[in-house]
Amino acid sequence: MSTNSSHAHGGHEHHFAHHFRSAEHEYLTSKEGIWLFMVTEILMFGGLFVGYAIFHNIYPEMFAEGAKYLDWHMGFINTLVLIFSSLTMALGIYFLQKDQPKKAATSLAITILCGAVFMFIKYLEYTHKFEHGIFPGRWLNVEEVHPEHANLGMYFGFYFCMTGLHGFHVLIGMGLITWLLIRTLRGDFNSKYYTAVEGVGIFWHIVDLIWIFLFPLLYLVG
Amino acid sequence: MAEHHDDSQGHHITPFATYVKVASALFVLTFLTVIAHHFNQTLGVLAAPVAFLIATIKAILVMLWFMHLKHDSVTNRVIFGAGFFFLALLLFFSGLDIWTRVIEFSTL
Repeated sequence: MSTNSSHAHGGHEHHFAHHFRSAEHEYLTSKEGIWLFMVTEILMFGGLFVGYAIFHNIYPEMFAEGAKYLDWHMGFINTLVLIFSSLTMALGIYFLQKDQPKKAATSLAITILCGAVFMFIKYLEYTHKFEHGIFPGRWLNVEEVHPEHANLGMYFGFYFCMTGLHGFHVLIGMGLITWLLIRTLRGDFNSKYYTAVEGVGIFWHIVDLIWIFLFPLLYLVG
Repeated sequence: MAEHHDDSQGHHITPFATYVKVASALFVLTFLTVIAHHFNQTLGVLAAPVAFLIATIKAILVMLWFMHLKHDSVTNRVIFGAGFFFLALLLFFSGLDIWTRVIEFSTL
């Protein structure tokens, strides 16, 4: 709770749009919009999860074979990286609420860096699979892979679609946080106005949330 | 809006220590997932439910503290909850369709 009524931190004061009653009304409305967007995210990834559950149930041995091609160490490291990035994202908001924009900027920069580490590990995993002829669906190189199950390509269809869509979200998140970082350095945000940071934060956490389920689903349980 | 806050009230600020505690719990639970994975054979059919139970606990921690749902409005909680409700509905009816199909061969 900021008791500081003056804007001593150099940032320019935020003027809320004319169709809102107050800055708080604008903040709450924006956040509600973000939550509606999050529902569409849950349903988009949810469709893939439901598809995975159904086909895993129909071909359990084939999915188990597919999971053997994944190195759980990579997924494990990426899980830790994403959790840490979620912490730094949350701290970015915390420092803005406390009117400490420099610390907030550092937190956001670390978050972007974690996203880059995540994508680099994903890149290593993808290229390693491509080198061994592992591609989604009918593009799986049967002569090179020698799968026990003829439809192994389906597992990698799910693998590449789910991790690919997730990776795409990480890239978008990194772009958005870069925008936040620039605005933070410019002094746009303070304890009175940080709506964009809160919104992108919620988006970044849902990317973490989805990975929390993808990791055991793809790498461990298979 | 039922949850309309007065401007002077300000927003809830989660303490720094709470964020660190939540993140630590998430790290511990991630290690726990991997430890449980090493007892895959012993756990048998329970291996998958254990992994997803841990994932669900992690997800709840992220939602409540990192996404600030613990101190958010009822409206936003209902909105997000609705997403999971419709996801469950999708799984239920898709499953019902797939697993109640009777394979019939055409006599034509």
